[in-house]
Amino acid sequence: MSIFGLMWASLFRKRTRTLLTLLSLMIAFLLFMLLQAISNAFASSGSFNLASIDRLISTPKYSIIDSLPINQQQQMLNIEGVEAVTHANWFGGNYQERRNFFPKYPVDPYAYFDMYSELVISKEELDAFAQTRRGAVVAASLAERFGWKLGDIIPIQGDIYSMQNGSRLWEFELVGTFTARVGESEAPLFLFQYEYFTEAVADYSKNQVGWWTIRLSDTDRAAEIANQIDLLFENSQDPTRTATEDEFSRQFASQLGDMGFITAMIMSAVFFTIVLLTGNTMSQALRERIPELAVLKTVGFTDTLVSILVLGESVLLCVVGGVLGILLAFAMQDVLGSTLGGFIGDFEYSATLIASALILAIVIGIVIGGIPALEARRLTIVDALRER
Amino acid sequence: MSEIVNCRDLEKTFIKGKETVEVLTGINLTVDEGDFLALMGPSGSGKTTLLNLIGGLDHPTAGIVSVSGIDLNGLSSSALARWRAVNVGFIFQFYNLLPVLNAQRNVELPLLLTKLSRSQRTKNAATALEIVGLSDRAKHKPGELSGGQQQRVAIARALVADPALLLCDEPTGDLDRGTADEILELLELLNRDHGKTIIIVTHDPKAANHAQRTLYMDKGKLVEEATA
Repeated sequence: MSIFGLMWASLFRKRTRTLLTLLSLMIAFLLFMLLQAISNAFASSGSFNLASIDRLISTPKYSIIDSLPINQQQQMLNIEGVEAVTHANWFGGNYQERRNFFPKYPVDPYAYFDMYSELVISKEELDAFAQTRRGAVVAASLAERFGWKLGDIIPIQGDIYSMQNGSRLWEFELVGTFTARVGESEAPLFLFQYEYFTEAVADYSKNQVGWWTIRLSDTDRAAEIANQIDLLFENSQDPTRTATEDEFSRQFASQLGDMGFITAMIMSAVFFTIVLLTGNTMSQALRERIPELAVLKTVGFTDTLVSILVLGESVLLCVVGGVLGILLAFAMQDVLGSTLGGFIGDFEYSATLIASALILAIVIGIVIGGIPALEARRLTIVDALRER
Repeated sequence: MSEIVNCRDLEKTFIKGKETVEVLTGINLTVDEGDFLALMGPSGSGKTTLLNLIGGLDHPTAGIVSVSGIDLNGLSSSALARWRAVNVGFIFQFYNLLPVLNAQRNVELPLLLTKLSRSQRTKNAATALEIVGLSDRAKHKPGELSGGQQQRVAIARALVADPALLLCDEPTGDLDRGTADEILELLELLNRDHGKTIIIVTHDPKAANHAQRTLYMDKGKLVEEATA
């Protein structure tokens, strides 16, 4: 046995209580990891990084749930410095069940893959996509996830768009897959023909797009061209808000709320509660162990060593809870990453985030264990043994 | 024989609210190496307080406690803790074992403060358990042992650092007669065969019969001495 062994054994004095405390810490740190990873993904904008991509995004000015008319495309192309324009819609919808979520966009096949050259698709499959009315192409990882093969019919239950006949069941034929260029992140996208979409969709949604993607011939003029586009539609029924992809991603985050602030507020509430609950548990554990601590002092443990033992237990408890939370977060990474990957940038846990979680665990352990450790230090043997 | 414990003009008072309670007054006591001394007296007579002062668990209000030539009053709290680890073994009425540790590890506890290797600590703890006749219960936790067995583990823990002085506060107070006799015989053996100086606080005259010398206390004073 070692001092650490003594700490570990003492931690499990009340096994059920310790396990429940560990569970609450684990959930708190799981939340911390998930929310911070989402917040970080928004902050960094992941795949929408202008540093390597010469693109603008133009969305409805007031809300991303509004739409824009398809006829804006030609007017944008007339602006000097605009090289290409394509569009997409947020289709929503579910495949089989809600948890099987992935982003689905109706797009112009050739224009879309021309715009997003980081997406790699064979010429044959792209041609098949353009020529098949109900054709769809998907990220290879998505096809692998659901075991889809070329020729499969993939039913999608619409939740935003219904068809002209009132049905919400959209069926697509898988005609190809694409991958991301080496070094690029592969979003789990499901792309289908805009032409089919706008023909089949209910009248009120025809000839509408969700957002524009604009490629520039001169990236140095990005801000100026973005301004020109917005000025062009400023007095129309469909004003736009145009920004670089990087800025767009941040605006998207901003429309959902200040993710950083929301994350901080949620985590503050969670950890405040954890500190109170775990602090109470530690204090209770200390009260129950007063005679035992007195025995340790009797056999020669100094006041400092006893207080280190109590503080160490608290830190150990929080670190174990934190590590379990981190491990659980990693276990959930694949599912969440593929679900959220279409909304945000790369959903991943950075080394900094893991280090932050561990440091936070240690700090919480010190905060929780500080007062009990001080009390343990002040404990007089004679008084403590009298409590037996 | 040379003296191991020397108390001179020892006084101890406690303050309870506005009241000052004199627990020990003018105690003068000498215990020689190898002695087996019993302290008897009614409840509140100051027996345990005297034992605590000799063991360095508490400080006297006045007077001197010297053990093996060391004036305990001159030691700081941490120095006193280190001194206790090496020089004194304590045995309590309620055993005071750590319920989360098995017998072997409870015994090993005082050795965590030493520089002994892990294997040496394990070996010494096993030896101490062998002396008290509990080798076969080494892996049992206190909750899985009888009262007598728990007290034997407590004795092994007191012995493991090989202190010269064993201080026992009502070591048989929570045991039935038969088990109490076994514990007292074990203490006698430790005194006789291992040369341990033992001071035992007890209410039980039969327990005191195992000692070579019995001191009676009343109202904080030593009032009588009897020799076996």
